[in-house]
Amino acid sequence: MDLQIALLLTQDGIVNGAIYALLALALVLVFAVTRVIFIPQGEFVAFGALTLASFQTAKVPGTLWLLIGMGAVISIIELLSSSRRRGGRRRLTFALGWNLAYPAALAVITLLAKPGDWPLALQVLLALALVVPLGPMIYRLVYQPLASASVLVLLIVSVAVHLALVGLGLLFFGAEGSRTPAFSEASFSLGDVTVTGQTLWVIGASLLLIVALYIFFERSLWGKALRATAINRVGAQLMGISTTQAGKLCFLLAAAIGAMSGILVAPITTIYYDTGFLVGLKGFVAAIVGGMISYPLAAAGAVLVGLLESFSSFWASAFKEVIVFTLIIPVLLWRSMTTHHVEEEEE
Amino acid sequence: MNKKLKLLVGSMMVALAGTSQADINVGVTLSATGPAASLGIPEKNTFALMPTSIGGEKVNYIVLDDASDTTTAVKNTRKLLTEDKVDVIIGSTVTPNSLAMIDVVAEAETPMISMSAGAAIVEPVDARRRWVFKTPQNDIQMATAIVEHMTNNNIKTVGFVGFADAYGEGWFKEFAKIAEVRKLQVVANERYNRADTSVTGQVLKMMTAKPDAVLIAGSGTPAALPQKTLKEKGYKGAYYQTHGVANKDFLRVCGKDCEGTFLPAGPVLFADKLAESNPIRKVALEYVNKYEAAHGKGNVSTFGAHAWDAGILLQNAIPVALKKAKPGTKEFKAALRDALEGLKNVTVSHGVVNMSPQDHLGFDQRARVMVEIKDGGWKLVQ
Repeated sequence: MDLQIALLLTQDGIVNGAIYALLALALVLVFAVTRVIFIPQGEFVAFGALTLASFQTAKVPGTLWLLIGMGAVISIIELLSSSRRRGGRRRLTFALGWNLAYPAALAVITLLAKPGDWPLALQVLLALALVVPLGPMIYRLVYQPLASASVLVLLIVSVAVHLALVGLGLLFFGAEGSRTPAFSEASFSLGDVTVTGQTLWVIGASLLLIVALYIFFERSLWGKALRATAINRVGAQLMGISTTQAGKLCFLLAAAIGAMSGILVAPITTIYYDTGFLVGLKGFVAAIVGGMISYPLAAAGAVLVGLLESFSSFWASAFKEVIVFTLIIPVLLWRSMTTHHVEEEEE
Repeated sequence: MNKKLKLLVGSMMVALAGTSQADINVGVTLSATGPAASLGIPEKNTFALMPTSIGGEKVNYIVLDDASDTTTAVKNTRKLLTEDKVDVIIGSTVTPNSLAMIDVVAEAETPMISMSAGAAIVEPVDARRRWVFKTPQNDIQMATAIVEHMTNNNIKTVGFVGFADAYGEGWFKEFAKIAEVRKLQVVANERYNRADTSVTGQVLKMMTAKPDAVLIAGSGTPAALPQKTLKEKGYKGAYYQTHGVANKDFLRVCGKDCEGTFLPAGPVLFADKLAESNPIRKVALEYVNKYEAAHGKGNVSTFGAHAWDAGILLQNAIPVALKKAKPGTKEFKAALRDALEGLKNVTVSHGVVNMSPQDHLGFDQRARVMVEIKDGGWKLVQ
């Protein structure tokens, strides 16, 4: 191995690490606020990328039907529950607007206009508009009724949601993969190493998202409310923070991060309906490095996973996954020795 | 009332059982979901196109999905044998599933036709495998075609990159064996996973060995990633792929990076390019036209054709077996097995089958062609 190869591998590791970092952040966020270990996080990666790819092959993405279907189910639930409760008029109009009018509007746009002819940036926006609302919808349908269940129950539910979404992904997009065109065809030479524009996009967008998340959590009222809920749910509730709203908001963020990472990597690699799971799992390893609570540690863990993966694929490609996932064991050992075990609080 | 209802239901069931007694029941387990779904779905579609009567008897196809999972495949097989009392089993899509099913069908003394490629499914024909037949070409036939093409084109060294599973492993074993005999040197041997987002490490390692050609052993769209990465990193040698990529999704994803790639394949996809005198042409075109009429132009794949070929074998063997015994009996199953083993000169969409007690696949070199990817389509070479 010479320096050039080492540099290329490092570059590759950092690009993949950036994606894992985004997913790790989303996982930590969701877990901290709602105690849900969000296994379906990876599915948003696949859905985002494949929705965009559907536009380009002039197909109607199945995620549109999922959005409409879930919206309709939620509307029915909201209607039933508001008839039993008084004073829910405003809430109901709001819910119906988001769950019926919004999907219908998107359906009109997707079916009538030809998104495949639009500039790439607009296509990306439409793909995000289709996929991101699925996050809060899943929360409303699946997790909100179980908000006070134990972590184990929430984990089992997550596995179920994951399996359902992967199955839907196969139905929507078929078994074969897709690629999307690069955001930028530019490439630069740094010494012996060529850097493509898309690589810079991935790293840049990841950094930007991380900074934006930081500002959101430190400066905005909503961000502070999420942090408060993460630290102490009951306390936050007593201060007038709605944990339901907090849950929806963090699922919205998680879905947005997932879909965005999918759209970012789709030009570099082929995305399949089930790609998200493995990518999400690696984000999960990174999140565990961060103990499921620390954002900077999770991000560092993600870069570590990316580098480990790229170097081990050079030296021992057949054992790459084994090496990456075995990383969890020493990390868990180290964490269980350095931190005190806290009993899960019962509510 | 309740008693009457029960009586009615009971008599209906007897009546139903009575009618199905004379029918021929074909049990199918295939992988319509899970990792092998892109192979299993066209197979499933194909069974809907098969004739519903053979030799004057009604044929029922009972199709179950094993989700690409070995345990489910075995469970499905047992269910088909005990509950549906099938006369023959077709399946499964992938080699591990088919291997696991051998013991079950041998125990039940029921013939089985596998739709997966692994040679170990029918080789060697022993006490258990005497019940097992298969329709897809062995990897070794395809590997021989590649090695031949390489040596004819003056290639001395080859780099290999394949799936980190049975497909890649199997290909490497077969390929390395023939390459050694033909004095072709394998200078790199790398693995990657179907769902990997990057193969930069493997590609760089291969390129440091400077091979004259690379062979990528993957199936479907995942096989495009190493080739795209090799092109991106500036590899200038010849590219070879396996028959696992012979579908249009691969061309869509790989795009211009796959121009000039060579691969061996079953003749079915290139039926319209075969010589008029070739008997395979007619059979293959019939399948292609049928499938495309039902599922759209250009959607036909080699995998569905393996299922179709299993159907053709049955259409030739069942009339022979019917002369000896009635469907649904143990004797019929044994007669069907003997009839399958005795098939001679049966033209299927993938070649010409000549079975023997030592060979339960029965293909010769007519079962493969060498293809080059040109102008975003396939072109026959030789």
